[in-house]
Amino acid sequence: MYIMKAALHISNLDKVYPNGQVALQDVSLTVKHGDFFALLGPNGAGKSTTIGVITSLIKKTAGKVHIYGLDIDTHFTKAKKYIGLVPQEFSFNQFEPVIEILINQAGYYGVPPRKAQRYAREYLQKLGLWEKRDQEARNLSGGMKRRLMIARAMLHHPQLLILDEPTAGVDIEIRRMIWSFLSELNQRGTTIILTTHYLEEAEKLCRNIAIIDEGKIITDTTMRDLLNSSDSESFTLYLAEPITLDNMPTIDSVTLKQIDAYTLEVITSSKTDLGQVFTELSRHNIRLLSLRNTSNRLEELFLKLVADHDSSALVGLQNRDLVNGSQTL
Amino acid sequence: MDPKRFEYPHYIAIVLYTLLRREILRFMRIWIQTLLPPAVTTMLYCVIFGELVGRQLEVRGYSYGYSYMEYIIPGLILMSVITNSYSNVVTSFYSTRFHKNIEEMLISPMPAYILMLGFVAGGVARGLVVGLVVWAVSSVFANLAFPNLGLAIVVLLLTSAVFSVAGMINGIYAKSFDGISIIPTFILMPLTYLGGIFYSVEMLPEFWRSITLFNPIFYMIDVFRYGSLGVGDVQVRHSLMVLSVCLIVLTAICLQLLVRGVRIRN
Repeated sequence: MYIMKAALHISNLDKVYPNGQVALQDVSLTVKHGDFFALLGPNGAGKSTTIGVITSLIKKTAGKVHIYGLDIDTHFTKAKKYIGLVPQEFSFNQFEPVIEILINQAGYYGVPPRKAQRYAREYLQKLGLWEKRDQEARNLSGGMKRRLMIARAMLHHPQLLILDEPTAGVDIEIRRMIWSFLSELNQRGTTIILTTHYLEEAEKLCRNIAIIDEGKIITDTTMRDLLNSSDSESFTLYLAEPITLDNMPTIDSVTLKQIDAYTLEVITSSKTDLGQVFTELSRHNIRLLSLRNTSNRLEELFLKLVADHDSSALVGLQNRDLVNGSQTL
Repeated sequence: MDPKRFEYPHYIAIVLYTLLRREILRFMRIWIQTLLPPAVTTMLYCVIFGELVGRQLEVRGYSYGYSYMEYIIPGLILMSVITNSYSNVVTSFYSTRFHKNIEEMLISPMPAYILMLGFVAGGVARGLVVGLVVWAVSSVFANLAFPNLGLAIVVLLLTSAVFSVAGMINGIYAKSFDGISIIPTFILMPLTYLGGIFYSVEMLPEFWRSITLFNPIFYMIDVFRYGSLGVGDVQVRHSLMVLSVCLIVLTAICLQLLVRGVRIRN
């Protein structure tokens, strides 16, 4: 019953390549229907391999993958109808016209030609590519190609959309357009799994998050819980008058750094009362014009979690070497 | 698309239609590279071997009363069908791998046998279109009577299917664009030229005749000539058996490679 409710359920997934390289180790993950889920990790951590296994581009060594309760090993054809994939690399025929790429993709999922035409028009218009429909894909800009890949993945109306770095290399305007498209899609019930190196993107869009490192899931929690575990915040304060080091106040558990004469950086613990900071600044006749929260909490947490995992893995490795060493002695 | 309302036969029909349409649009888009060269080549063969040199020649006692021009035309048609079916699938499938848009198909619910059927249907379609073009060009020089038209069509379909599947196997294994031209140049072309397009096997010395009997293309050309002119060197059923065995064996190999995901899945 639990499996039936999940859009994706992965259990004990292993992937070992023929050359012995271990890409995934005992990965287990559940993504609920309707979720907007971030799968983050450093380069080479196993994100794309996990996606590759889910979409059957990569053969798993062990473990199970269920899509909406269907085992991809035994219900291959049906299970795959639920999935739409936006891969990391451009994977369309660059010499084909944009509209043909979409109509073909719809056909591979059994969408009849007339419906495919209608859906292609709908998604090309939504993603601002309708005017380019007859152009060969190679003539599109990088941002257009990214949007084409998203439109292509949507043609059969998948219930689970997996996006592997969908905004890599696109400008901020297009990125925001993609964010708003994805948010709308998710609000209408599509489950979304997102991998990205723009942590701001994950923080803004996703409700749940898993972090993978060296083929292992090291965190699997809600975005809110993860962010709340952060113990520091940083703000940039813009001042009305210049400040010198002499009149810089000292506040308990708060670090003040002067960026320039009119700008201060304040690093507080997450439990610090900000009112106390403002009172102290006011007591020292420091007038504020504006302030901006500059902490990227997810980025800091991500780096910390990965670093902690890497160092514990190193300790484990050293201990194992010591044990092995003592055995040989 | 609601996966719960999934109807398999309907689904398969749409996927096959999509793959076939994609392949036909592809070779029609580049018709200067795909349809024009066989027409020009056939015209040259007909002018040089038929009109200029051919008038001085006859396949002494072995052309069954036909002119040399008439004798070689079935072989020329089949040669174009063979090379075009093969090159259509090998080029298209390898390019699909090279550009990574094979992933579009692999992540879809499409089963391996439909993937193969779609590409092979595309190769057969090109083979048939080129066969028609070559026949149309050659008909300027000589008319074929096609006393066994049904047989000629069956042979054309089976031959183009055999070489489409062979092209797909080559497309699966190829590691570069060089890899897709080695077999057509060094294996397919010699076998085709030595398969009796320009001569009757009965004209050959015993040793070479025995060697020719191991060349499957010889049987294909011979039975197609029988369909087109009503004459041939070997029995029709032997040739059809060779064609069928080739098709079954190559299809089994190709399907096995696709199911195992050789060179297409990690």
